[in-house]
Amino acid sequence: MWQFFHKLGSPKWFYGIASRLMPWLFWVGAALFMAGVVWGLAFAPPDYLQGNSYRIIFIHVPSAFLAQSVYIMMAVSALVTLVWRMKLADVFVKSAAPVGALLTFLALFTGAVWGKPTWGTWWIWDARLTSMLILLFLYFGAIALGNAISDEKSSARAVAVLVLVGVVNIPIIKYSVEWWNTLHQPATFKLTEKPTMPAEMWVPLLLAVLGLYLLFGWLAFMRMQTEILVREGRTRWVMELVQAGGRA
Amino acid sequence: MAFDSFDAFVMMGGHGPYVWTCYLVFFILSFVLILWSRKQRNAALKGLALRQVSGQTSGPAGKTVTNHGNTGADFARVDPSKH
Repeated sequence: MWQFFHKLGSPKWFYGIASRLMPWLFWVGAALFMAGVVWGLAFAPPDYLQGNSYRIIFIHVPSAFLAQSVYIMMAVSALVTLVWRMKLADVFVKSAAPVGALLTFLALFTGAVWGKPTWGTWWIWDARLTSMLILLFLYFGAIALGNAISDEKSSARAVAVLVLVGVVNIPIIKYSVEWWNTLHQPATFKLTEKPTMPAEMWVPLLLAVLGLYLLFGWLAFMRMQTEILVREGRTRWVMELVQAGGRA
Repeated sequence: MAFDSFDAFVMMGGHGPYVWTCYLVFFILSFVLILWSRKQRNAALKGLALRQVSGQTSGPAGKTVTNHGNTGADFARVDPSKH
């Protein structure tokens, strides 16, 4: 276990593992995601109440789900950065933040477009929507702070503290639909209960969520490799890697 | 198939514009992020390769050169006339 942990801290070891995993993450992720989306768009039955507008769920829920998961992963990495000073943890935080920001924006955007035919409004300042907007600003804050400080160690620590403080927003997003009156419907998936949707709706949704998870992994790995190349540019293994055309 | 015809699939019972806008924006922005990430990666590799060719790699072979905090030009103004 500890040996694994130490290896994980080695950028060289990580670069090689990432290169080997990335094709799998991409192809399996893209296949699952596309299967979920096509199934959801063309084959799932229409909702008895919302008609066909509910088909937005097959990208809205995966985006929103990932937006929050990515933030939690970043918070765990931030803790690792502060406690063990592991460089790779900071590499993950910096690489994942723009992806998380985009996913949060997409969750908000698809939610707004879905809200128009369903609720009659693009936006309301209710708890779920506002806390998601705060999540977007937390992502922006982490990106901006990371870019503003050029010293690698100070930047890592500052961003880690910001990300950790912001994690308080995650339970607020999660429980906002239960604590406050809101237009937003409650969670589609719960670990403890069976989904209230029929299987023809929740199976494609689950495929899309899993697929997007894997695709996020692929993109995060690619971005982490770039960050490692930039940071470790003067080490011997990176020089050899560059001579080999970037393949580990 | 949940729809009788291709037209019905596109129209989605009047909800077509909403549904297709969402999917379009989702895929366009995702592709932009992926392309941007690829471009950054290729630029990093190209930059390192150029540096090797121009022989500016001065790190001792086999040793990791670490940045000890003060070596970077943090917050320092760069005077363009001196370059």
